[in-house]
Amino acid sequence: MIYNEEFETLPREALEALQVKRLQQVVQRVYHTVGFYKRSFDNAGVKPDDIKTLDDLRRLPFTTKQDLRDNYPYGLFAVPMSSVVRVHASSGTTGRSTVVGYTKRDIDTWSELMARCFVMAGLTKNDIIHNAYGYGLFTGGLGAHYGAERLGASVIPISGGNTKRQIMILQDFAPTAICATPSYALYLAEQGEEMGVDMRSLKLRVGVLGAEPWSEKMRRQIEDKLNITALDIYGLSEVMGPGVAMECTEARQGLHIFEDHFIAEIIDPETGETLPEGETGELVFTTVTKEAFPLVRYRTRDVSRLVKAPCRCGRTLVRMDRITGRSDDMLIIRGVNVYPSQIEGVLLNVPGIEPHYMLIVDREGTLDTLEVQVEVGETVFAETGEVKVLQELSRRITKDIKDYLGISSKVKLVEPKTIQRFEGKAKRVIDRRTI
Amino acid sequence: MNKVEQISIFLENKPGGLEFVTRVLKDAGINIRALSLADTSDFGVLRLIVNDVEKAKRILKENGFTVGRTSVVAVLVPDRPGGLHGILESLSKEKINVEYMYAFVERSGEHAIIIFRFDATDRAIDSLTKSGFTVLPGEKVYSL
Repeated sequence: MIYNEEFETLPREALEALQVKRLQQVVQRVYHTVGFYKRSFDNAGVKPDDIKTLDDLRRLPFTTKQDLRDNYPYGLFAVPMSSVVRVHASSGTTGRSTVVGYTKRDIDTWSELMARCFVMAGLTKNDIIHNAYGYGLFTGGLGAHYGAERLGASVIPISGGNTKRQIMILQDFAPTAICATPSYALYLAEQGEEMGVDMRSLKLRVGVLGAEPWSEKMRRQIEDKLNITALDIYGLSEVMGPGVAMECTEARQGLHIFEDHFIAEIIDPETGETLPEGETGELVFTTVTKEAFPLVRYRTRDVSRLVKAPCRCGRTLVRMDRITGRSDDMLIIRGVNVYPSQIEGVLLNVPGIEPHYMLIVDREGTLDTLEVQVEVGETVFAETGEVKVLQELSRRITKDIKDYLGISSKVKLVEPKTIQRFEGKAKRVIDRRTI
Repeated sequence: MNKVEQISIFLENKPGGLEFVTRVLKDAGINIRALSLADTSDFGVLRLIVNDVEKAKRILKENGFTVGRTSVVAVLVPDRPGGLHGILESLSKEKINVEYMYAFVERSGEHAIIIFRFDATDRAIDSLTKSGFTVLPGEKVYSL
């Protein structure tokens, strides 16, 4: 089934003509309403009128995560706050997170795109959707919620956490679909088994899973343990939230990007050159319909590949490969995006520890774990030499990381000078996960 | 004041950690008078009373340890049933909190020696002295 037959199956020529028209509009609009884009276009020596074809897109300068941070919180909004009906934000220490805004129409668009995703996953208004994405500043919860309501399905807004209760609800409320991160879906399956619940005989038949990289192997495990069809969904808060691209049940080979709203490019992360179709590189998005927070050539740092070949589901929309990695050092831990520099920022605000640290990311069973190793400095210990002072320090770091970044961690205090020192670029992360 | 200086050493929970401390002290000719090991699930803190505090601290720091210092109190405890109880009873009346304590290896005549860490060290010493207990000065303890 296709939710919006007209736009999801437009012939490529018509689709690209629509993209050019919308691109021209958005470029005009951001140039005249957002100071950052005027400066950035002027510096690159390009005027909105120069954009005549899709190829001209590459003349426009990139927008980066840093640009978003520099314009925190509302600097890149293209409409007055009176037109903004909602904001979301990525995790981050104050001043370092990125804030995005939506007009009423943006929320409408987003709801439709999420509804398209659910339909692509084979869901209808008769389905009951267990939405285990976090509700709040994170886009996952509300994004999926609005899409499910748009479709007319019944939503269980369970949000994240409280696993035992989730398993009870999976049994009693009999949802037919689940939205979650892949690792949480797997965790639910395993916890359910441990509680003696036959997780294969639940009513669940579809999983719409995303917000973190996963593999075919993980997909098979989830499908086997929950007896469902597990599909990949892609999105990022900067561009919109979940629902930028979605895998169809028919082919399960790549995620269809909703190109009537987003133009995708693949670039070489080193040179910034646009790469030809089929090559692997960094995904770059331009939003062509968003009102409150339009983005021009936003570098996602996600590594993927684009394929325009027709799909057996009938959609003409380009497909992106499942994300295979990152072109920066961002970590995704239980679906939360974290940069090592953000953890460093938290650590530097804790008195008494040395600025040397190591992050160990691992997976215990199905859940990601983060261990933060920090050296105990003289200053914190010398005055009292007490165990409780160190335990307090450890607790404080754990709490600060949770408060600022929203992730649980285990702090391990280590002896001074035992963490490796680096000349030049430090390697602060050991990622032991195999997905 | 009659305080005793205790050295605390931060140790990760790993084989060989303690052995390295005792080796460093042995090589420097330092004698351990009393010790206690506080452990948590993640790390340990070794508490030591030694015969030469300054030297021990210097040597340990030179060998890369994180070393702290804490004021503790050495009290003579009558070596008979109820001996310790008398001391704790008097502290309890004064509402002084004992954070931890451990016994000294040596005896002093008919008395055992117990090391106390209080939340209010000065008040504890006053109170114990007034109640007729003997608080040993640092120099005496180091050279026992």
